[in-house]
Amino acid sequence: MWTDQLVSAKQLSRADIDAVLDHAAEIDENPAAFADRHTDKLLALLFYEPSTRTRLSFETAMKRLGGDVIDMGSIEASSVKKGETLADTVRVIEGYADGIVLRHPSQGSATMAAEYVDVPLVNAGDGAGQHPTQTLLDLYTIRKNVGFDDLTVGIMGDLKYGRTVHSLANALTQVDASQHFISPDSLKLPRRVRYDLHEAGANVKEHTELDKILPSLDVLYVTRIQRERFPDESEYRAVAGQYQIDAELLEAAKDDLIVMHPLPRVDEISADVDATDFANYFEQAHNGIPVRMALLDMMLDNE
Amino acid sequence: MSDHELRVSKIKSGTVIDHIPGGQALNVLAILGIDGSTGEAVSVGMNVPSDRLGRKDIVKVESRELSQDEVDVISLIAPMASINIIRDYEVQRKHRVERPDSVEGVLECPNPSCITNEREPVNTRFTVLDDAVRCDYCETIVRDNIAAHISDD
Ligand SMILES: [Zn+2]
Repeated sequence: MWTDQLVSAKQLSRADIDAVLDHAAEIDENPAAFADRHTDKLLALLFYEPSTRTRLSFETAMKRLGGDVIDMGSIEASSVKKGETLADTVRVIEGYADGIVLRHPSQGSATMAAEYVDVPLVNAGDGAGQHPTQTLLDLYTIRKNVGFDDLTVGIMGDLKYGRTVHSLANALTQVDASQHFISPDSLKLPRRVRYDLHEAGANVKEHTELDKILPSLDVLYVTRIQRERFPDESEYRAVAGQYQIDAELLEAAKDDLIVMHPLPRVDEISADVDATDFANYFEQAHNGIPVRMALLDMMLDNE
Repeated sequence: MSDHELRVSKIKSGTVIDHIPGGQALNVLAILGIDGSTGEAVSVGMNVPSDRLGRKDIVKVESRELSQDEVDVISLIAPMASINIIRDYEVQRKHRVERPDSVEGVLECPNPSCITNEREPVNTRFTVLDDAVRCDYCETIVRDNIAAHISDD
């Protein structure tokens, strides 16, 4: 049951998604009403790779619920450096905290950790694997702005390594969205994600260019093409330019298109998009708070 | 016993693994941990003509019956294989392999970023799909040359 441990977006049914988003909307409306919900609760933030943004988002959400957080400090200073296994660490922390948020560079780390503990556990990113809470805030943003009915989503950029993309693609099948994936050939969706989409009977198309498909989109979800993924700089420069959007390019889009990005962005969305109505990425980031509050509230309550 | 099977000598007791896809016999030996050093008599027929498979391999292992784990893993690379238990030159029992739903602790995950390749107290576990296996942890799908991923230990 996901209310114990949220490891993958694949665990979430349409009803689960609606339940979290409805609760997030309720919190969004009146955050003060939830300020004393978990005054006696402690959440452990175990971040094995740096992610100030996601860590602060969880920390803020927990504190807004009246609870508190503990963390293990920097990796360098922790027992991780002394060689303690993740399996041992989570079993120790389970005795201290009411819930665990785990970010770890290895794929499958959250799945493994969940086998060792009974406290609520949230996967806050496992390598190139999953990032289900990002997906929930993405879905919240989409539902709030354009709704789930007859939804067409374009997802563009690094589809191979982008865990936010993998989780989002899984979840979008639950709301029957049409999904268009736009990337260089070398950064297409990995086999395991295609397999899941195929199994779920998802409505999916793949493209190498954005222009033809852009006018049909309700959402354009952009991710960063990482320079370090390319064997040489010239190969990177050859593709990167094709996957940058600016205000002029968006003139071909529907008026109510929203442009999303999990952030941080580098240059894939030019600054002139920020001033347009298309820009949605900062609101998207802010939505992380009510969504993570909703999630933690439901998981800690369930305990 | 057909003409073709006679190309490989009869054994007194042990196991005959028949209908292995042509070229996979050495991988079957690898799964069984047989490299000839432990003394058991082993006969191998490779690329023997077969009505069912076109060409097939056969492995006969003297004085040894297989564990269910071994049969499960063999089924991944030889889904049509049949296992014949021989006692006193007679076939005591003959059955087809069945593909298990999952295999635990026998394959290594090829994804270097998978948690099962870290120093963690966790066994690998793969879900068996129609034509592939999938890591339960990192979800990597292995379709080709599954035998190459069999653990050494
Ligand atoms: Zn794996």
